[in-house]
Amino acid sequence: MALIYLDNLSATPLHPKVKEAMIQHLETVYGNPSSDNQVGQPAAAALEKARSQVASLLNAADPKEVVFTSGGTEANNHAIKGVAIGLREKGRHIITSNIEHKSVLNSLRTLRLLDYRVTSLDVDQYGLVDPAAVEKAITPETILISVMLANNEIGTIEPIADIAKVAQKHKVIFHTDAVAATGIIPVDVQKLGVNLLSLAANQFYGPAGVGALYIRKGTPIWPLLDGGLQENKRRAGTENLIGIVGLGAAAEAAAQEMPERLPRLKALKERLAQGIMARIQEIKVNGHPEHCLPHLFSASVTYIEGESLMMLLEDEGIIVNTRSACASGSLRASHVLIGTGLGHALAQGTLVFTLGQDITEADIDRVLKVMPGIVQTLRDMSPIYKKEHTG
Amino acid sequence: MAYSPIVMDHFKNPRNVGEILDADGLGEVGNPVCGDMMSVYIKVVDNRLEDVKFKTFGCGAAIAVSSMITSMAKGKTLEEAMKISNADVAKALGGLPPNKLHCSNLGADALHSAIKNYQDRKAGKVMFFAAEADKEPHIKGAGAGKCYCPYCETKLDEEAHFCMSCGQELPHEHDH
Repeated sequence: MALIYLDNLSATPLHPKVKEAMIQHLETVYGNPSSDNQVGQPAAAALEKARSQVASLLNAADPKEVVFTSGGTEANNHAIKGVAIGLREKGRHIITSNIEHKSVLNSLRTLRLLDYRVTSLDVDQYGLVDPAAVEKAITPETILISVMLANNEIGTIEPIADIAKVAQKHKVIFHTDAVAATGIIPVDVQKLGVNLLSLAANQFYGPAGVGALYIRKGTPIWPLLDGGLQENKRRAGTENLIGIVGLGAAAEAAAQEMPERLPRLKALKERLAQGIMARIQEIKVNGHPEHCLPHLFSASVTYIEGESLMMLLEDEGIIVNTRSACASGSLRASHVLIGTGLGHALAQGTLVFTLGQDITEADIDRVLKVMPGIVQTLRDMSPIYKKEHTG
Repeated sequence: MAYSPIVMDHFKNPRNVGEILDADGLGEVGNPVCGDMMSVYIKVVDNRLEDVKFKTFGCGAAIAVSSMITSMAKGKTLEEAMKISNADVAKALGGLPPNKLHCSNLGADALHSAIKNYQDRKAGKVMFFAAEADKEPHIKGAGAGKCYCPYCETKLDEEAHFCMSCGQELPHEHDH
């Protein structure tokens, strides 16, 4: 049975062009980009090529504004802690939202221990942050605003350009975690107007363990990793060059293929969403109906728990993700779903489908064929379903 | 998460799913808010569990535990069934991941609660099913008398806000 992989937010398979670029690099280059000799020079050239590829995807004014990291988590840590240290004399107040990724929320948790104050804004039922609420939260002490571009659990795309205008008006640095969005939808740092933006290669057919932080020229940010002069003195440590080459190739492929990928993904997601809603009663679709990632569909199925649903789908060769507390490892309901006002019991039954490039209509139809039966099996086993349906 | 083959078998082919309409005892424990909830129905003949059925809302482990404990209890005397412990169920399932041990507590609690409900009914203490207040408390994360860090699976002897081994913030049952 061929797998139907609908968990592209956890990891994507390598794009053939990415694989080719990485293999070619492995076979030909082994030098250190910092070595000023004939072995190091090809390495330095590969590093700068990848930097230009990423800068081009983001429409950055200068490739030097791209700093490679070990992934989205490091980029988020660097943005938040780096600005906090860089602007420690100016103030100690940071604004964020309740539905950020843990790498943002836990970076801020660390800063709280160091006497920074954090305002975490509520979102509406779709997960949207209100730019007016951001403005209201700004104080003379505010040094940083961090709001994600698109949420990785419900897909909602935030009004980043509007929040950036608020930030600029009050001269506050603005960071956006664009890990779930970059390489999937157009991400243009000029149009967005952000100072800092995080991305990760494994979200768009690049390798895991590599990402980047876009740092607009003039942004006051201290390094997260101290050491040598790599990455224009912004990120010390010998570069993960093989990963960076993969990220560069993935960025180039994303920029080239996005016009074809987007309509295809949108149509497949629509087929999945409409099909599930037509076949399964009593479900709640999460995220914004329009401002949503084109490849992500999140739905909460009443009366049942997500891990068992996920496992029975896997038994049919369908790989999805769940936000149930039982499967999370933390045994805690998703803060994102709770943040949008979902009850704890309903949050337990949440599945997240993220579509990839290789998914076909036939794959979606297979999900639609097997999922209603699985849901019914679990509902028939559920003590809550019985109570609600026999009065 | 790695479930044993026995867990997977009982999860995919659960035994004794359903209700007993004229049950002699019913035990209900857990809460969907916490992620799992189980109802156990028993039919008692001559002090023996002639039939045991369950309904469960929960993860793969919770369903496998329900299936296993009802299988183990069937045919046993009430005294024997009261002696089935969480550890017995976990052992019969070929083990459970440490952060899923609380699911085995749920199973034993539900079974014992059903037997207690039967005894109370027989003694005329309750007219029908157990009242809300009589339900067994179900403490999540407390498997076999111990808590485990859900991140690094280190044993934790007491409730702490952080795991001393990996530094992760620890979830607690009653913080929501």
